[in-house]
Amino acid sequence: MQLNVNGKQHEVDVEETMPLLWVLRDELAITGPKFGCGIAMCGACTVHINGMPARSCSIPVGQVSGQVTTIEGLGTPYAMHVVQAAWVEHQVAQCGYCQPGQIMSAAALLQVNPNPDDEAIDRALSANLCRCGTYPRIRAAVKTAAAKIRESNL
Amino acid sequence: MHVPAKFLGTQITGGSSSTIDAFEKMRIAGATAREALLLAAAAKLKVDKNTLRTENGAVITRDGQRIPYTELATLAASVSLPDDVSLKPRSEWKQIGRSIPKLDMVEKCTGTATFGMDVIQPDMLYATIKVNPHLGAKLNSFNAANATAMPGVKHILPLGEVGVAVVASNTWYAFKAAEVIEFDWAKTAYAQTTEGLFESAIAAFKESHQDSQNRNDGDVDFVIGQAGDATINREYRAPMLAHATMEPMNSTALLKNGQLDIWAGNQSPTFALAEAAKVSGISEENIRVHTTYLGGGFGRRAEMDFIVYAVMVAIQLEGTPVKVTWTREEDMTHDNYRPFAIARFQGVVSGSNISALDVKISSPSVMESQMGRVGLSIPGPDTTIVQAAWDQAYMIENYRVTGYRVPIGIPVSSWRSVGASQNGFFCESMMDELAHEANVDPIDIRLALISHSPTRKVLEAVAELANWGRMLPENHGMGIALVTSFGVPVAQVIEVEKTQNGIKIHNVYVAADVGIAIDPSNIEAQLISGINFGLAAAMMGEITLKDGKVEQTNFHNFDSIRMHQAPAIHCKILENGERIRGIGEPGTPPAAPALANAIYAATGVRLREMPFKKQIQFV
Ligand code: FES
Ligand code: FES
Repeated sequence: MQLNVNGKQHEVDVEETMPLLWVLRDELAITGPKFGCGIAMCGACTVHINGMPARSCSIPVGQVSGQVTTIEGLGTPYAMHVVQAAWVEHQVAQCGYCQPGQIMSAAALLQVNPNPDDEAIDRALSANLCRCGTYPRIRAAVKTAAAKIRESNL
Repeated sequence: MHVPAKFLGTQITGGSSSTIDAFEKMRIAGATAREALLLAAAAKLKVDKNTLRTENGAVITRDGQRIPYTELATLAASVSLPDDVSLKPRSEWKQIGRSIPKLDMVEKCTGTATFGMDVIQPDMLYATIKVNPHLGAKLNSFNAANATAMPGVKHILPLGEVGVAVVASNTWYAFKAAEVIEFDWAKTAYAQTTEGLFESAIAAFKESHQDSQNRNDGDVDFVIGQAGDATINREYRAPMLAHATMEPMNSTALLKNGQLDIWAGNQSPTFALAEAAKVSGISEENIRVHTTYLGGGFGRRAEMDFIVYAVMVAIQLEGTPVKVTWTREEDMTHDNYRPFAIARFQGVVSGSNISALDVKISSPSVMESQMGRVGLSIPGPDTTIVQAAWDQAYMIENYRVTGYRVPIGIPVSSWRSVGASQNGFFCESMMDELAHEANVDPIDIRLALISHSPTRKVLEAVAELANWGRMLPENHGMGIALVTSFGVPVAQVIEVEKTQNGIKIHNVYVAADVGIAIDPSNIEAQLISGINFGLAAAMMGEITLKDGKVEQTNFHNFDSIRMHQAPAIHCKILENGERIRGIGEPGTPPAAPALANAIYAATGVRLREMPFKKQIQFV
């Protein structure tokens, strides 16, 4: 079966019921999306499918059509996405395990709403657990990224 | 160079000890390196070393010439070092006290950091495990006939005497196959239900189970006897908790040509080495432990089970690297838990003063359970049973703290802040009750009992930060708690609102004294983290036992605090303490009592049992 991840076409030979997460991680060695719960309760595995946030642990690969973007496709260490840059600016990550998922959720939010209020941030990010409790810095980083996006849209 | 010998030769991330342990050593190492660079520059330029100085990564000569360290490093490596170097006085520090961006930040924000879960080795296979959910009991038998034919399955292997591993071409295939194996598990002999566990804690409140009595000031029995019916009797409870690190347990191992390689995010590489040698029979010189980033530890990754199981798989599949990943369900039901505990208080108030306080705490011993798993025994009492109960700054005239040890049953473990995580809640809620009984402001009643100046100052600082005593909006309430753990006094004020749908936590104000604040931004981050960890447990954390097995399996029934519930946190870092301290844990213990006391202030409901969701709702 064919899968487009971060702009690259891949041929994968797995059961169609295999969740996208395990295709990415164990078949394609794309390990940015993390395994946290496997039941769409923690958000660590969040990727974008056609720009929309999705919990890759709970989507059978056979049902994926279109572009998959993972944290690696959002930006790179030398060319970070505006959300990643804001994360670094606010020194958000602690253990860091949840952060690829947090960043993907935040990037998807800002794509549709570049001026989110606290409630919008709550709604978009409540699906992402952080056991290190980095929430205040996540919130601040989302606001910084939003301001940058609005500036560049002027 | 004279650097103190490593404690028992172990490397461990725990007990908030890394900063304390490394501070002086790192300074000596830095000062020695500087000295070597100066000597190298003096030799190179053929000048007297005393004419040279250092600044911002370069040696500077008297006439202002700058030689970058990079040009001197090779030469510096071969100079002979002096026995003693002098450390810069505090007044000359430039880096200590400055917030410095963390080196791992870009990796962790771009998905390029390698956690244990992300280790990839050539021709690696993927595995998962199923271990007896009756923790500590054996596997009688299993039937894997249905599993062997499942897609991707390569091997089904015994895991010591306690379970099996399913090895496959993809972790998912391993998960699916493991689900269809039929098991006959042996049962455990200890209590099989939550009620049974608490009954064992109640039964341990007797002299034969007394573990410690580290404080016995004045004559508690006499004052309580005199007070008679006026004595305030209270009982508090805390449940078991899972660590629930964001990254489920995992480890990768490879045995090849007599060499064993282990990759794992872990909190103690030296214990990992020793345990791996024990199960594999391979000598330590032939084992390498590669410590990766870990997706949360909180004490869980000081345990060795996840490493031992990976080694058990690797030695059965010589030549093939195998990554062993636990499902969240396996992780949640096979933790070593924060112990359950019960506290019994008797307090006497005379006028505006607390004249007597008797504290009795019953709980299993973390140290006995944890050390027992690596074959060690700890002689004497386990002070974690009464940690943050007996060792606080309060000078109550008649004051007694007794610890009772519940015999070990279900495995228990260090959970961020250990005994202080439950005892902080017990004691600081009781302090609030006594303040209300005495009709004294909860901060004033504490200040009246404390002379230790740094501890007084955190209370005063948090009162100022929170503007304690200000007029609050309708339905708002504020609560205070003060807990010293790991040598760090931490005071927190929490502000909540009683809304129609439940309690909303608006603000947390925190003041903490770390002695020397190396990196304020990082200290703030640890305080925020510790507070949210404590709040999550206080609000909703609970592990229960039924039919001898843990009932919670994943985040739908063991949830944690989330974005919409996370309060604003305002930090004040103080440096009045006598010495430098670590801050990974001390932020956690005051969160639960400060929240309980705030809820009492807002609603009049006194919470004496965690988690609070049993009695009230949160929004
Ligand atoms: S792993 Fe997908 S939501 Fe938790
Ligand atoms: S940074 Fe550790 S779980 Fe979020």
